[in-house]
Amino acid sequence: MKFISEFRRPELAEGLISQIHRESKTPVRFMEFCGGHTVTIFRYGIRQVLPPTIDMVSGPGCPICVTANVDLDKAIALSQISDVIVATFGDMLKVPGSRSSLQEVKADGADVHMVYSTMDALRIAEDNPAKSVVFLGIGFETTAPTIAASILQAGEKGIRNYYVLSLHKLCPPVLRAILDSGEVKLHGLICPGHVSTIIGSHPWEFIARDYGIPCVVSGFEPLDILQCVDMLVAQVENNESRVEIAYRRGVRPEGNQQALKLMERVFEPCSAEWRGIGEVPDSGLRLRKEYQHFDAELAFDIEPGPTYEPVGCICGDILRGVKTPADCQLFGKACTPEHPVGPCMVSSEGSCSAYYLYGGGF
Amino acid sequence: MCLAIPALIRFIEDKEAEAEIGGITRRISLWLTPEAKVGDYVLLHTGYAIDILGQEEAEETLSLLEEIARLAEEKG
Amino acid sequence: MKDKILLAHGSGGKLAHELVERSFVKAFDNPLLAKLDDSAVFDFSGRLAFTTDSYVVSPIFFPGGDIGKLAVCGTVNDLAMSGAKPLYLSLSFIIEEGLPQSELSEIVVSVQKAAQEAGVEIVTGDTKVVHRGSADKLFVNTAGVGMISEGVDISGGNARPGDKVLLSGTIGDHGIAVLSQREGLSFSTQLESDCAPLWSLVAEMLSASPNIHCLRDPTRGGLATSLNELAKRSKVSIRIEEEKIPVREEVLAACEMLGFDPLYVANEGKLVAIVPDEDVDKILKAMRENRDGKDAVIIGEVRAEHPGRVVMKTCLGASRIVDMLAGDLLPRIC
Repeated sequence: MKFISEFRRPELAEGLISQIHRESKTPVRFMEFCGGHTVTIFRYGIRQVLPPTIDMVSGPGCPICVTANVDLDKAIALSQISDVIVATFGDMLKVPGSRSSLQEVKADGADVHMVYSTMDALRIAEDNPAKSVVFLGIGFETTAPTIAASILQAGEKGIRNYYVLSLHKLCPPVLRAILDSGEVKLHGLICPGHVSTIIGSHPWEFIARDYGIPCVVSGFEPLDILQCVDMLVAQVENNESRVEIAYRRGVRPEGNQQALKLMERVFEPCSAEWRGIGEVPDSGLRLRKEYQHFDAELAFDIEPGPTYEPVGCICGDILRGVKTPADCQLFGKACTPEHPVGPCMVSSEGSCSAYYLYGGGF
Repeated sequence: MCLAIPALIRFIEDKEAEAEIGGITRRISLWLTPEAKVGDYVLLHTGYAIDILGQEEAEETLSLLEEIARLAEEKG
Repeated sequence: MKDKILLAHGSGGKLAHELVERSFVKAFDNPLLAKLDDSAVFDFSGRLAFTTDSYVVSPIFFPGGDIGKLAVCGTVNDLAMSGAKPLYLSLSFIIEEGLPQSELSEIVVSVQKAAQEAGVEIVTGDTKVVHRGSADKLFVNTAGVGMISEGVDISGGNARPGDKVLLSGTIGDHGIAVLSQREGLSFSTQLESDCAPLWSLVAEMLSASPNIHCLRDPTRGGLATSLNELAKRSKVSIRIEEEKIPVREEVLAACEMLGFDPLYVANEGKLVAIVPDEDVDKILKAMRENRDGKDAVIIGEVRAEHPGRVVMKTCLGASRIVDMLAGDLLPRIC
């Protein structure tokens, strides 16, 4: 068992596909919350193999896409301070803020390092004691514990020049906000896999209970998605709504308690600004008082300037699942992966990028 | 999504480990999975093991899917 | 400090002459270069192919090669992709001051070896040394000329509906081997760059059948980008099958880890060929008999509908569009 190729077996996919076709009777709309699911769905052409009764919409589950311009501008402002090294995951480099992107300020001489892990960012801090290393803490519940661990490690090792700009976002509160807005009618939710690895499946129960929407946690291989859709169809056809897991090898109902413990030790919930959705209470994470000396926003005096949003871009509507990239006038014309206007075209798991690259309408 | 992939733990040294991902190796952190053992498959996200993958659960899922495939074949 | 390259090595003075005569002329020993005239002068008749490329790889040494080998193979391969037998190369170094002479010597040796293997001569060259920080250790530029035989007409615009698409082996080896050495991404692997001169492979393919329509070496931008270029130039669509494309386990694993698609990862010793259906078997056989084509496979075919598109059949039997690479390949976490 190597946990990858086994979950791409075409003959098992065929079985699931034919079962879904056999059982799906009621027309339904399912949302895949997570951008990673959107990528799997497009990369393997899953929409094409589903029956016409099933309509899939993409949700706001891409931490890059939902980062508001006001926060991107902060990251860019930090990169302009002398002796500051900004360390970031590669995903963030191309995302346009109000006036420029990290990629552009890097070309102008800002010290921006791309890293794969906070472990690498800590190493940069150790190697450059005369400089300050600011790590851009983006990501959902999956990533936040790794950032928490890096802060605890910096504390243990006495690394004093490591800071975090915490732009973390939490998934359950934003789903509640989207469902409360009533803009999009859903009959099933594909819950994010690796977020659930950390938080477990219990935090989704309010959706099944309060909104009557079937929820299934899915992994990221094509068989995972197909199995998840099959389980959602079964719930719909049986008039049920509960939380199930189609990714049992990677998700336990109670989640990863150690990761949650570290995350809670370092961070506390706060209100956060989501692109296209606005401010959502308790959907962000800030450093707790004991760890505030790691907080880049407190350590540096930054003036990001006024925020601008690109004219004509409907990323916000797309993130809420209200519109699809095909509804956007800029899509494929003024806005392409080479010249992205909005973040959903930049991030490789953004809906626009997935539609564009993998030919959504093909 | 939060890209995470299966990695096999080869050695453990304190809170770090050397893990193999299909023929490549990398140092990973076990801060989030202190109970991980040599020989475990973990889910690797940004250099951190975020969980230990369940061998049994994976096998159960696959046999369920095999059963569905068999059923689909019978029903044509 | 004796073993470092100094600005004076590029000044045109004594040190520069010493470097040229001791290192380069000796290593690349051939009568055209030995004259040390301002240009290499040679006779020529027939159809000529002429190409140039610059090499800025970081790090300059990587598993399976270095910037010198890459510079020779890259230019030789560009000639070979036009069906031209590579004859002569130029070689220019732009060196950042402070580069250890030993590293330069090592690169010169590997240039020499690669040139010998490819059957080309380095007949002219140049060396400049720039201030620290104005270059990243060493940049190399090579230009090359080659000869095209009668009856060979290979061009990106020649693909026709019904043609078959051949790939000479596994994809992504070079890109992942280089990436494994990059700071901040460090992972270790036995994987080596596939960097190799491809003329002998092309020569054998041409002797099996001169009717090859298109050849491309999928370097930066990977297989996906090369196929898109061919589809656009020829105004046809190319349909490939995911399961037919060979990818090494290590490449797949690194791609999964960093969020890449192997279709976009660079190769330096692979080629994709578009050939008429009636010749595909003999060309494939010739490829498989060559060291650099032993894993060659048919990955798809050329079609008339949806001109300019590359479409891939996924392992679920569905289809998806494969676009060109946009921007850089950046490792991602989501």
